[in-house]
Amino acid sequence: MLAAGICMILLVVLFGALGPIFVDTDKAQPLATTPRQEPSWEHPFGTDDAGRDLLAVMIVGVPLTMRIGLLAGTVGMSLGVFLGFTSGYMGGKIDTAIRGTVDTLLTVPGLVVLVSIASTIREEISVNIMALVVASLAWMWPTRTIRSQVLTMRERAYVQMAKLNGMNNREIIWKELFPNLLPYLAANFTNAVNWAILSSVGLEALGLGPQNDPTLGMTIYWAITFSALIRGMWWWWAIPIFFIALIFVGLLLIAAGLDELANPKQRKAV
Amino acid sequence: MSWNYTVKRVALFLIVVWAAASVNFFVPRLGTGRDPIREKLGQLAASGGLRQDGIEAMVKAYQVKFGLDKPLYVQYLNFLGDTFTLDLGYSLANYPARVGQMIGNAIPWTIGLMLVSVLIGFALGTLMGALSAWPSAPRFVRNMAVPLMTLSAIPPYLLGLIVLYILGLKLELFPLSGGYSPGRLAIASVDFYLDVLHHSVLPALAIVMQQVGFWALGMRGMMVTTSGEDYITLAEANGLRNRTIFFRFGLRNAMLPQLTALGLSLANVVAGQVIVEVIFAYPGIGTVLFQAIQASDYTVINGVVLILIMSIGLVTMLMDFFYPLLDPRISHTRQN
Repeated sequence: MLAAGICMILLVVLFGALGPIFVDTDKAQPLATTPRQEPSWEHPFGTDDAGRDLLAVMIVGVPLTMRIGLLAGTVGMSLGVFLGFTSGYMGGKIDTAIRGTVDTLLTVPGLVVLVSIASTIREEISVNIMALVVASLAWMWPTRTIRSQVLTMRERAYVQMAKLNGMNNREIIWKELFPNLLPYLAANFTNAVNWAILSSVGLEALGLGPQNDPTLGMTIYWAITFSALIRGMWWWWAIPIFFIALIFVGLLLIAAGLDELANPKQRKAV
Repeated sequence: MSWNYTVKRVALFLIVVWAAASVNFFVPRLGTGRDPIREKLGQLAASGGLRQDGIEAMVKAYQVKFGLDKPLYVQYLNFLGDTFTLDLGYSLANYPARVGQMIGNAIPWTIGLMLVSVLIGFALGTLMGALSAWPSAPRFVRNMAVPLMTLSAIPPYLLGLIVLYILGLKLELFPLSGGYSPGRLAIASVDFYLDVLHHSVLPALAIVMQQVGFWALGMRGMMVTTSGEDYITLAEANGLRNRTIFFRFGLRNAMLPQLTALGLSLANVVAGQVIVEVIFAYPGIGTVLFQAIQASDYTVINGVVLILIMSIGLVTMLMDFFYPLLDPRISHTRQN
């Protein structure tokens, strides 16, 4: 499962990395080709209303969407690791405060809050700002899950042993807890990236994305705005959906595979 | 349920609403230093070709009218007061329309669509997930895990585009958009309700498909652990029928965490459906939000955001109150 997931993501990454060698990415700009062409040998994915070649758009857009996911996932995960370890390991008042905040924020519909932030700054949204906007809410699930994992780890015999051996807190966290949680953290990171891409595509589908960058979500937004569906231009929306599905299923498989590594008891589960 | 817990939980809900309202108030004022009144008047003056002499006086007059001449904390308190009395002000884009009224018209559509499709998705998904992990279920059911997982990974609005294309455009089985046929009078008659039902099939299908995948995945994990429990072995040894074991012992026990998850995931479920409405031009709150974003209608955007946060907060709170009734092991009083 892990292998299948990694293969899918690798495929997507290679598509973005090697694409520019074979295809002229200038064709992702408006007016570069004849508009409204069905898929053909010349334009394997067809062209849109503005005359963009969709193969070139995908080659530019897929890495942009992946970048938003990775950036936001990294920021969210770093915050989550910091807060989760602090909360789970220190306990006490800090724990109560962090846990309370996270539990409260998790009941708030994230995408809706992001809509409110993004619509305030919509003119200034670039790919990197998009990643930051999404990252602002990407730390809550990691914090929550890492905290509960650290909480059970803290009571294990080897941590008690390390304490008796005179290790200080920082050493215990880095030398004992962190390595043991690594597969778990990797699964969490995959989920954070998944969530970030999901949110960014959602925001973009509502038109709150980088207006001049052809990310996957923006491509879908333009397809919706120009009624590609009713006009029968299926390639305009079906192709970005295919890539989005590939990314999501790939990430889900990786997360499930890593989960198996982290808890062998669940090995039969998925 | 203890009195203490109830008070705490209600307080938490009020804090969420207050925080959401404060974000709504401060975020637009932090940013760009833009002045909507000046901008609007500037636009009007430019389009009318009028001289711009009186514009400063007009800006002043409007600021007094909207209370913007008062110090920030007074504006903030007024805003909070309005929020808690659900007075959301006027729409900027459709001026005489009030935000509360626009949302009020849209909400029954959203709730109707969401409630039915989430419940169907939850029920079907839970059952299929449980069967897919049950050792004596037919092989084809156990092989459902992979397609279900794929469905759960794709956002419902993208599934919506696909079903719309196949069932709506190609096979012409269902209407392509809207909540009811244009030109039809929105009066309570059997005809009208059938029309509404016909229009809601595709958006509901999109939501149900994704929900089935999502709940099946969670249920499968739970069922794998449950099917290995001693009480299942005992039931088998006692010679109970397979179906009885599945429903009475397996499903019932594996389902409790699903119900808890239903409350927690509600926030995400609603957010995904907002975009489904946009795809289908369904007259619910998602479409109101989308149109407001397109028209930069900030009062409507903020109103929708606030109402969504409030209603989800309210539902999660109610669910927290009901869990102890479903599962006696959950208790809101500390026992250790």
